[in-house]
Amino acid sequence: MFGYIVRRLISGLLVLIVVSMAVFALFFYGPADPAQAYCPETRCTPARLEAIRTQLGLDRPVAEQYASYMKGIVVGNDFQAGSITIPCGAPCLGVSFKLRVNVTDYLLARFPATLSLALGGAAIFLVLGVSSGIFAARRRGTLADKGIVSVALIINAIPYYLVALLAYLLLISQWGVFPESGYHGLFSEGPVPWAKGLLLAWITIGITSSTQYARFSRGSMIESMNEDYVRSARAKGLSERRVTLKHALRAAIVPVVTIFGLEFAYLLAGTIFTERIFDIQGIGLTGLQAIGTKDLPIISATVLIGAAFIVVANMVVDIIYSVIDPRVRLS
Amino acid sequence: MSSETFHRTARQPPAGADNEPYLVVDDLTVRFPTADGLVQAVTGLSYSLAQGKTLGIVGESGSGKSVSSMAIMGLHDYKRTRMSGSIRIGGKEIIGLSSEDMRGIRGGDVAMIFQDPLSSLHPFYSIGYQISEAYRAHNKVSKSQARGKAIEMLERVGIPQPKSRVDDYPHQFSGGMRQRAMIAMALVNDPKLLIADEPTTALDVTVQAQILDLLQELQRDFNSAVIIITHDLGVVAEMADEVLVMYAGRAVEVGPTRDLLTHPEMPYTWGLLSSVPDVSADTDARLIPIPGNPPSLLDPPTGCPFHPRCLHRDKVPGDLCRTELPALVTAARPGHTKRCHLANPDQIYEAEVLPEIAPDLVELVTADHAPDGGGDGGGDGADLGGAIAPENR
Repeated sequence: MFGYIVRRLISGLLVLIVVSMAVFALFFYGPADPAQAYCPETRCTPARLEAIRTQLGLDRPVAEQYASYMKGIVVGNDFQAGSITIPCGAPCLGVSFKLRVNVTDYLLARFPATLSLALGGAAIFLVLGVSSGIFAARRRGTLADKGIVSVALIINAIPYYLVALLAYLLLISQWGVFPESGYHGLFSEGPVPWAKGLLLAWITIGITSSTQYARFSRGSMIESMNEDYVRSARAKGLSERRVTLKHALRAAIVPVVTIFGLEFAYLLAGTIFTERIFDIQGIGLTGLQAIGTKDLPIISATVLIGAAFIVVANMVVDIIYSVIDPRVRLS
Repeated sequence: MSSETFHRTARQPPAGADNEPYLVVDDLTVRFPTADGLVQAVTGLSYSLAQGKTLGIVGESGSGKSVSSMAIMGLHDYKRTRMSGSIRIGGKEIIGLSSEDMRGIRGGDVAMIFQDPLSSLHPFYSIGYQISEAYRAHNKVSKSQARGKAIEMLERVGIPQPKSRVDDYPHQFSGGMRQRAMIAMALVNDPKLLIADEPTTALDVTVQAQILDLLQELQRDFNSAVIIITHDLGVVAEMADEVLVMYAGRAVEVGPTRDLLTHPEMPYTWGLLSSVPDVSADTDARLIPIPGNPPSLLDPPTGCPFHPRCLHRDKVPGDLCRTELPALVTAARPGHTKRCHLANPDQIYEAEVLPEIAPDLVELVTADHAPDGGGDGGGDGADLGGAIAPENR
């Protein structure tokens, strides 16, 4: 188990290094010149641009710059920009030329919003999706089952941004059913404003994402309900509730864990639509704004963080597998 | 139980009669409505079984043997199954019983062992957990008491080092040990009726014999009634006191084991006997498969359901086999019933079937005709049965 985790960490690290190279290539082969972003638009002369390039080290060979970027991640790397120094301790993901901030700190400050959004949304879609999936599976072929499947399909068929946008426009702007959305720190402002600001976003993510969990867990549940060992459990005289939850669900949950792990990683990497529409200052919205301002260090940092989440989520899913299924040996 | 009460007498005594056998199945019919039509899985099945006795149910796949036994366990989905007739366990009618009441019987008084122990044990729970779960479903005991009981049962069924193996998962057990664990799980509540649905099919031959021995030994100890469902006549010869042959959802021949195996009167039973490979038999003996396939239960054949595959239907006058379902009537020997129009099945069997399948047995069987007043078969050993399919021992 320990050896397995170490091996997975190493291979995950390799993936991240490849991603970091791809991201780093943006600086050189992407459409935006990083020095341009740092050069005041009105007073930007070629000479000044060149000076900035030299100052930022952009004139050095690519390999050398990449090495210094990686060094920044590992040991930190303070940036000198004219008269000011921007400290950037490890893990230093670079400095935003535009905002003149340390990207790591900048994103860390926005992470609680994304994390809050992801946790709340995931809690709703997991509970709602899996329970309606079980409900439908146990009443397979009935009107209730068909109703759940149809509703799930309809919600799935509408583009998510449309659902979120309509929810915001109608339920908050138009009718005021829900409080104005936005992120308020859980600890700085208390749980009530925190929950109020995120409520509709949670519900929107929760309901729309629950549909695929409903369909997935329904199918998985129907399959496991037909397993011989579920028949054995019933033959022992266990209650139907125990048969369903302890025997059928335990087996049916395995594929659900897989998609949940990856989806949660995506949520942690930032939900662009949700954060944009509900004005939640999280990683996704930050990344989106950075694209608008061609702020390359922030863009590359959000991509790298997203990749790291996916790598970790995959590993966590595999470890959870070994906990759920004793036949899975991590080696 | 005497052979005479074996069949069709169940209708007379009211439920709960003192002298009624432990299990009485009377005119059981099971239907599954499907998109393609009504599957007539079991039709008009009646039998009874006393404690301490073993009934073997044989038949091809889809003959209704498992479906009828699942009905006794109440394992059919009530919403998707139509059942009629009567099943009485210890005098208690279970058809129409609420699922909650049925749950109390299931796994308690009546337990079942399934065919494939690997797929029938939950892969994610330890053996000990699964056994103690069965115990706790019917007994109010603590987890550690139930665990103690699980260890005791594992020891009882011959698992070595039960104290450490109790925490193993099914995939860590061998096939035979898994089936032993299944048996331990089924017997943990001292069931009065044990249904073993092809308990040895998924096991290799040497392990089969061990499992059958174990079942017999446990049956002696627990004095339970046992239904053993199989398509292996060797298993039947070894285990059963009575045999019920099923075809297309109906009983087609019923009788004491020795009697039915030596003097079968229904061509389907002949077919089953002909298709048993016998390694110790004369090398001239042929292995004769039954031609054709089991009929569709959506649209069973008219008349005798076996007639499309029956090699002897021409011996019945007229078109009787095709037009009229033969009743289950008493055969030449008491306690033995059959569903066939043939007038002289004994002669046909001895003259045409037996020489083909077991030439060395002809003398033995004809010698059995000794006029000893009906040869009531009481106290028959299974010696002959053993000769029919000795490859299992």
